[in-house]
Amino acid sequence: MSIFNFFRAAPRASAVQAKERLQIVMAHERAGRSGPDYLPMLQQELLAVIAKYVNIDENKVEVKLDRGGDCSTLEVNIELPAREQAKAAAAAKTAEKPAGNDDAAAKRAAGNAGAKKRI
Amino acid sequence: MSKIIVMTSGKGGVGKTTSSAAFATGLALRGFKTVVIDFDVGLRNLDLVMGCERRVVFDFINVINGEAKLNQALIKDKRIENLYILPTSQTRDKDALTREGVEKVLNELSKEFDYILCDSPAGIERGALMSLYFADHAIIVTNPEVSSVRDSDRILGVLNSRSRRAEQGLEPVTQQLLLTRYDPERVERGEMLKVDDVLEILAIPLLGVIPESQAVLRASNVGMPVILDEVSNAGLAYSDAVGRFLGEDIEHRFVTPQKKGLFSRLLRRSA
Repeated sequence: MSIFNFFRAAPRASAVQAKERLQIVMAHERAGRSGPDYLPMLQQELLAVIAKYVNIDENKVEVKLDRGGDCSTLEVNIELPAREQAKAAAAAKTAEKPAGNDDAAAKRAAGNAGAKKRI
Repeated sequence: MSKIIVMTSGKGGVGKTTSSAAFATGLALRGFKTVVIDFDVGLRNLDLVMGCERRVVFDFINVINGEAKLNQALIKDKRIENLYILPTSQTRDKDALTREGVEKVLNELSKEFDYILCDSPAGIERGALMSLYFADHAIIVTNPEVSSVRDSDRILGVLNSRSRRAEQGLEPVTQQLLLTRYDPERVERGEMLKVDDVLEILAIPLLGVIPESQAVLRASNVGMPVILDEVSNAGLAYSDAVGRFLGEDIEHRFVTPQKKGLFSRLLRRSA
């Protein structure tokens, strides 16, 4: 065993990993602390706008927030009824908004038609 | 006018009470009339660390509730002139701490004392919030370890938003880092966060680095603030930190591994 270990690349120092993990998690926590908590409101209003044009089923709405190093993505997937497909283009909205203080994270809201074509 | 210091951390077990005892003793040793208050209602321990557990008759909560006079609850340290301890209640719960009650006691203390040191409980609940609310200075006790650093950042956020100074729009509470249980040898092996890493993440000035030391446990075993152990690295590091707090320019010690000679290797004694 030890002979094989000898040839293996030295593992990255755990302290380096600790620092990196802390920096990532704390950047988000600080941004969330200082910024206004508009996320739930934004989601609600987006849905309200789409509901004005398309008859959407609230159970078929999927909201996902991905937190990355420099960029956060807000993904809103809304399944539209099949016969409404023609109107889907009008319903799909794209909103861009800077999220944090330090990291210029863009939050993208994508309305997804029944055909699963991402906009 | 006295200065109010809070010793806080968010996370438990990082050395708040040890540091409070040492720091209060250090301030008193330098001639400042100092009182150290235990805010950990229900989990009284400062009395044990200070070695005055058998002299507790009345406590902080008794004074808040008007059941005892402040002078009856204050315990005068037997070793150091100018040092007093205000123990907390072992039986009540933390709801016994009211903002008005705490303010009344602090106002009364500030007539007599140069420094009032508040030993915060862990967490960010009532006891912790009350201990930091009236503070002028905050000493953030942190271990070089992920959960402690994260919790320290959280408590810095609380200081910036929920202290009296923040609420009233006064000059913010000054914040300084006390990095405890630092092991330079593990840092050198890449197993522990460096001082500079923690400073970079928390972005507050460094008050002191207290090395991991067996002297801390030995001191608490006998109810003596570790700063009085003048041959231990931890004691000396606390003494340096007190000096820096008072504005002295003192170089940081014990941040790099000590060269071990044959003699100390044979003796296997670490200070």
